[in-house]
Amino acid sequence: MWRYLLRRVSFSIGLLFVVATLLFFSIHLLPGDPVLLILGGDSAQPSPEQIAMVQAKLGLDRPLWVQYAVWLGRLCRGDLGRSLVDDRPVARDLANRLPRTLQLVIPATLVATAAGVSLGMFAARRRGRLADPIASSTALLGFSMPTFVVGMLLVALFSITLGWLPPAGYVPWGEDLSGFLRHLILPTLALAAAPMAITMRMTRSSFLEQASLDYVRTARAKGLTEPMVAWHHVLRNALLPIVTVVGLQIGGMFAGAVLVEYIFSWPGLNTLLLNSISTRDYPIIQGVVLLAAVLFVFVNLVTDLCYAVINPRIRYE
Amino acid sequence: MNSPPGLPIRALLRRWFRRYGQILIALPLLLALVVLAFGAPFFLGHDPNRVNPRVKVQSPSAAYLLGTDEFGRDILSRLAHGARITLLVAIASVILAAVGGTLLGTVAAYAGRGAETVIMRTMDGMLCFPPILLAIFVVTFLGPSLLNLILIIGGLYIPRFTRVVHSSTLAIRDIEYVESARALGASSPRIIARAILPNILAPIFVQASLAAGHAILMESGLSFLGLGPPPPTPSWGRMVEQSGRFMQLSILPIIWPSTAISVTVLAFNLLGDGLRDLLDPRLRN
Repeated sequence: MWRYLLRRVSFSIGLLFVVATLLFFSIHLLPGDPVLLILGGDSAQPSPEQIAMVQAKLGLDRPLWVQYAVWLGRLCRGDLGRSLVDDRPVARDLANRLPRTLQLVIPATLVATAAGVSLGMFAARRRGRLADPIASSTALLGFSMPTFVVGMLLVALFSITLGWLPPAGYVPWGEDLSGFLRHLILPTLALAAAPMAITMRMTRSSFLEQASLDYVRTARAKGLTEPMVAWHHVLRNALLPIVTVVGLQIGGMFAGAVLVEYIFSWPGLNTLLLNSISTRDYPIIQGVVLLAAVLFVFVNLVTDLCYAVINPRIRYE
Repeated sequence: MNSPPGLPIRALLRRWFRRYGQILIALPLLLALVVLAFGAPFFLGHDPNRVNPRVKVQSPSAAYLLGTDEFGRDILSRLAHGARITLLVAIASVILAAVGGTLLGTVAAYAGRGAETVIMRTMDGMLCFPPILLAIFVVTFLGPSLLNLILIIGGLYIPRFTRVVHSSTLAIRDIEYVESARALGASSPRIIARAILPNILAPIFVQASLAAGHAILMESGLSFLGLGPPPPTPSWGRMVEQSGRFMQLSILPIIWPSTAISVTVLAFNLLGDGLRDLLDPRLRN
């Protein structure tokens, strides 16, 4: 187990190194002078002082490999540079925004997993009856609908037509817990819809695959009740692919949160990103994208470790 | 497949539907979309961009089959023009991704350890970024335009194709017929083109159909955020976003483009699932 852990962790660190390198060189790979791009694209006419200022701030006046070394060195100390707009440290901005994005992603993960697994089991145990094709088609529709469509339709139904929930906004939970929860419901549902559908489909097929195996017949033959067989025997073995899918979905939710935060004016990481795009605040944009990639790699690592805990065959490989 | 004698027609039909059903649902939907996209100017007769303040936010009527939006533009005409953008972005970016991924994937499988490590680790790295964030990052610097959208979405899906092609190529690289081609003195490019490619086309097609659905989700999402082709080009994502601002007046102008996006993605997903079931003999029973 420890050797497996060590191997996976070092692989993830290597991957993050690749990610950081790609991100560093991205601005140099894109066509055009990066300074002019940051100062407003082809149409802008920046003054020489502005150009010099941006160059010095991003260290673009030094040779490329020096820039790369300095950048990596700072990155290891958690220094992501300063905003071009208000000169605040990027790392502090990210630290302020990250918890609010997590306040969306974590509840959405819980909802998507709980609902997805139970609906998947429900459909699998009713195979051949009407409930199964209905549940399966709904799931297919669910992950064919874009996140922003789900979000807009939820707002149209629950805020505009019924007037039950606020259409957008954010209240810190320290100030007003019930207000926080009321603002949380619609964005959570919008974010959870597609992952729930995917989890449901995976649960159904994994469950059906296991249910046809011999040990299930043995369990039934020795007189176990049907719920006992389903929950204790089949689900436990069906869980492996489900864990992987849930892990991938959490990563996907950081992406879905871009649209959800935009629709519901949720002041998380992605709203920061979208605001910084209009001001072309490159250090912040780079910081958010890097942080998202780090979270993504971290979630994948945790998924793999969970997988190893559930499945002993992987540990001893 | 041999059917036992005396098998009732209904059972045959059911089996046939189980095998081809998803494709049979998907193809008419996609065909309808193509007809709508390219036939609309001939049978609708509205300019999709003509602003007419006198008919703002109208309900569906004989003149405006799906009603009008907040600028008095005909929604059906705008949907039809939006369908062209959607189809163009989906097909062009998937072709780009499939060609790029096939090249990189076969090179990674054939050109030795060094090239393989560089290519596959770069792909792993690219897959670590949530795609929409990477797209936003690139659009910011390239500027929003139709061509850039195609290049970015196509580029984002290259890693998936590279992985599929790489693993499929590895799986058949040492099979006898490839070996015999090599023994006859065929060059590596020739082996790849004549012996390998025809045998890995099935997973590439499945991936292409599923990727087309993803590409549409991505395109409409970026358009929704205002990073798609600039207005007044009618793109579905932008239509949802703009109508959302006038939700208090009517929610119908949101429902139509939302339905269009969802049904199109659904059709590509069904096609991909159906092709996978059809082309993967292991899943047949």
